[in-house]
Amino acid sequence: MHEFGLVISMIDLAEEAARKEGADVIEAIHVEIGALSGVVPEALEFAFGGARAGTMAATARLEVTYIPAIAYCATCQSEFELDNRFGIAMCPTCDTPSADLRQGREMHVSHLEVA
Amino acid sequence: MADPVATRDVRVSPHGTAVTPGARVVQVQKSLMTHNDGVAAANRAAFEGCLVLNIVSSPGSGKTALLERSVRELAGDLRVAVVVGDLETDNDAIRIHAAGAPSVQIVTGTVCHLEAEMVARAVDQLDLAGLDVLVIENVGNLVCPASWDLGEDLRVTLLSTTEGEDKPLKYPRIFKDADAVVINKVDIAEAVGFDRERALDAVAKVSPGTPVFELSARTGEGMDAWLAFVRERLAAKRG
Ligand SMILES: Nc1nc2c(ncn2[C@@H]2O[C@H](COP(=O)(O)OP(=O)(O)OP(=O)(O)O)[C@@H](O)[C@H]2O)c(=O)[nH]1
Ligand SMILES: [Mg+2]
Ligand SMILES: [Zn+2]
Repeated sequence: MHEFGLVISMIDLAEEAARKEGADVIEAIHVEIGALSGVVPEALEFAFGGARAGTMAATARLEVTYIPAIAYCATCQSEFELDNRFGIAMCPTCDTPSADLRQGREMHVSHLEVA
Repeated sequence: MADPVATRDVRVSPHGTAVTPGARVVQVQKSLMTHNDGVAAANRAAFEGCLVLNIVSSPGSGKTALLERSVRELAGDLRVAVVVGDLETDNDAIRIHAAGAPSVQIVTGTVCHLEAEMVARAVDQLDLAGLDVLVIENVGNLVCPASWDLGEDLRVTLLSTTEGEDKPLKYPRIFKDADAVVINKVDIAEAVGFDRERALDAVAKVSPGTPVFELSARTGEGMDAWLAFVRERLAAKRG
């Protein structure tokens, strides 16, 4: 898996944003991880533990928000949450498969807590 | 090395994580893929004149075999080049070269997928302006390559008859994002007891509407439809 590389990008993004605000220390990094992003939150935390030393985030918490996968059914013109971990998007109302995934691929740094 | 990280409840509510009262909050709102996506966009601009395919599959599904045969059959009238990613060795690039196309090997070492920057460096060794089709063979892996945009036009996910029909259900992301799915090794489908209906059903469930090409890179069966698809998409890109 590539969580280590992702964590390096995450710390880079966080340091850049924190510096821009004139902060010295990052106390927490809040990230959003989609159900279909392929990122395993536990692996992200493990990688963060290894990568944060010597950075502005050396003592930071990592806060992960898990974003459920949501697809859109064109027949019913409504969104629905995927009820399985296979990424199968079957509309629960009309049983039509949907290729229109609206949410669930996220891997974002949303915000930081700094000092 | 890894010291334990203080976390609160992971996989919390969809309403977001708690911020410590009184903390100074800085909004970021950036993807962890920001850097890669930027390089991929630059690649895409550089690939303006040719059709670019990114081929992904498990190790050994037959990516290189498919490319060898595709190169041989397209070479009559199209200029094709290949970039091949592998953890080790340049065997695949040598095979492609023998089939008659310029090829560049990217040895990724421990990295289990190609990134846009690796592709940017590799295509520096090719004459992009003189190309019709550029094929990128990704590292054999069904998980990691899914997240990394390389700047391709089409993502092609390969599945072979020896792998089990439920691969698409186990690795949904890489099938969901595919622009085409190739089922390879149909020559041995019967011998290995491949359940074609189940496989097609799994692809249709995870990736409805995606075209599927059933072929054998070994015997050439089914290659025509696949090659026609590539030609069609090249024509469409060139308007
Ligand atoms: N029977 C049969 N064997 C095939 C076919 N395509 C590939 N093979 C064999 O499958 C093995 C792997 O093929 P490759 O083309 O090296 O597969 P690959 O996906 O490029 O492998 P990696 O780059 O290592 O991930 C080789 O022994 C091929 O000869 C096919 O259509 N039918
Ligand atoms: Mg290969
Ligand atoms: Zn519906």
